[in-house]
Amino acid sequence: MSGPKLYGLMAEFENPQDLVEATRRAREAGFTRLDAYSPYPIEALTEALDIHDRKLPAVVLGGGILGGLCGYALCYWTTVVNYPLVVGGKPYHSAPAFIVPTFETTILFAAFAAVLGMLGLNGLPMPYHPVFNSPRFALASRDRFFLCIEARDPRFDHDETWAFLTKLGPRVVMDVEE
Amino acid sequence: MDATNDSRLAGETVRLSRAAFVVGLVALGGAVAYGTAHPDQFFHSYLLAFMFWNGLTVGSLAVLMLQYLTGGAWGISIRRELEAATRTLPLTAVAFLPIAFGMHSLYEWTHADAVAHDEVLLKKAGYLNAPFFLFRAALAFAIWIAIAWALNRWSREQDSSADHRAVDRKLQLLSGGGLVAYALTTTWTAVDWVMSLEPHWFSTMYGVIYMAGQGLGALALATLAVVRLSKTRPVSEFLGGRHMHDLGKMMFAFTMFWAYVTFSQYLIVWSGNLPEEISWYLARFRGGWGWVGLAVLMLQFVLPFLLLLSRRANRDPRTLTLAAALVVLMRFIDLSWMILPAFSQGHFRIHPTDLTVPLALGGIWAGLYLRNLAGRPLLPVHDPGFEEALAHGRD
Repeated sequence: MSGPKLYGLMAEFENPQDLVEATRRAREAGFTRLDAYSPYPIEALTEALDIHDRKLPAVVLGGGILGGLCGYALCYWTTVVNYPLVVGGKPYHSAPAFIVPTFETTILFAAFAAVLGMLGLNGLPMPYHPVFNSPRFALASRDRFFLCIEARDPRFDHDETWAFLTKLGPRVVMDVEE
Repeated sequence: MDATNDSRLAGETVRLSRAAFVVGLVALGGAVAYGTAHPDQFFHSYLLAFMFWNGLTVGSLAVLMLQYLTGGAWGISIRRELEAATRTLPLTAVAFLPIAFGMHSLYEWTHADAVAHDEVLLKKAGYLNAPFFLFRAALAFAIWIAIAWALNRWSREQDSSADHRAVDRKLQLLSGGGLVAYALTTTWTAVDWVMSLEPHWFSTMYGVIYMAGQGLGALALATLAVVRLSKTRPVSEFLGGRHMHDLGKMMFAFTMFWAYVTFSQYLIVWSGNLPEEISWYLARFRGGWGWVGLAVLMLQFVLPFLLLLSRRANRDPRTLTLAAALVVLMRFIDLSWMILPAFSQGHFRIHPTDLTVPLALGGIWAGLYLRNLAGRPLLPVHDPGFEEALAHGRD
């Protein structure tokens, strides 16, 4: 095939139920590299796509633990090592006084880990994505629902996958160029 | 769906309820026999027992109102468990009477000669005097019983009528005002019944600590009950992983809230280090009580925090049950740590009655609670949010 490489095949649906059903059937047919696009979040879609995210919770937990350690270390370093100062007749190393900043930095780092980790794991920011090569895809932010099966899927075969998508009852099936 | 209670379940609950009554009455017999010979010790233990069981009751009332007010799907799954606990209020009101009789064994400020020689107590006598103390207790129980009675009655109306929009509105309105009343009554009863054991000491955080603890305990108890009940119809057809996750998250939030207010009080007193304030903590750190306090911190906050951190653990009935059971147990240890050192300044001293008297009151309380639970449908199918809550649990 000459010209630009194929990224995948995209099917357009008119309502979320059809998209969820098509996604479920595509998963059942054994496709693994696929994604669904919708103007608003659809809870059942996550389940249909069989997305199990184990990474982000671990990233957030790691961020929280790191934040706690950093907060405590900051308190310790400033009041015990760098500028020892007696406050209220307490020992330099007074754990109760350190708890509040430690708690705050735990939350702060965990929150940053959640936001940045989510962006990173999603590969954002992403200035280019092939799905936008399809002129109809702009409707994904309005009133249409899309299912895209990528060419790198091991079970992908242009004609067979095209026939498979057509059977799911979409409005239209189209090629998406790389 | 079929929302009627499984008849075997009802039979089992009633049998369990009878067993609890028997345990309670036997233990009560022993406690009273002991108490007539050693009234002071009996009343010390009795106060602990009363605070624990009344705390679960009143805490259930608060969580129930919180759910009516916010209308969240999480609370519909434990509605009937909470209601059953609030219907033990007449029992806990009667259970207050021994404290009224034992005031002299409990509260220093009831001793006229001690007050006469104490400038501080003399100044506080306008508030800390027996008639006003009893009036405040009566007022608190009157408010609690009135709210519990109305909520339970309207909930029953909701169950039996097709058009219950007016009732739904009433439930929500009462819950709004009721929560304000709860905050006030819990503050003054915590101050009266427990804080005044050491009448020179004071903390404005004290009432909030009790609110957090009561909410936590009530939520944990209701969670225990609903997970156990989900083994049979009708709860088995309702309770989903997401409901359990919600309850776990709520418990998680309450342990954090409890830890937050408990630590806030400590941090302020520790920072100031004033003799009249720090004495309360010294009595609770010295002579071995410090280990109890540490255990409360580790097992009522740190361990439940870690257990309930992950989504999978929250949705696993066994982990959730473990966390909830731990929390209920630690509520008792926590109250022991708050109350008992007041009677043994600086020495670690617990007495067998500190276990048997709570067991006696607890047996009777649990017996009544279980009977209440078996007496009504276990699911509020006519609640306006029920369908949504049912669907909510399915994902």
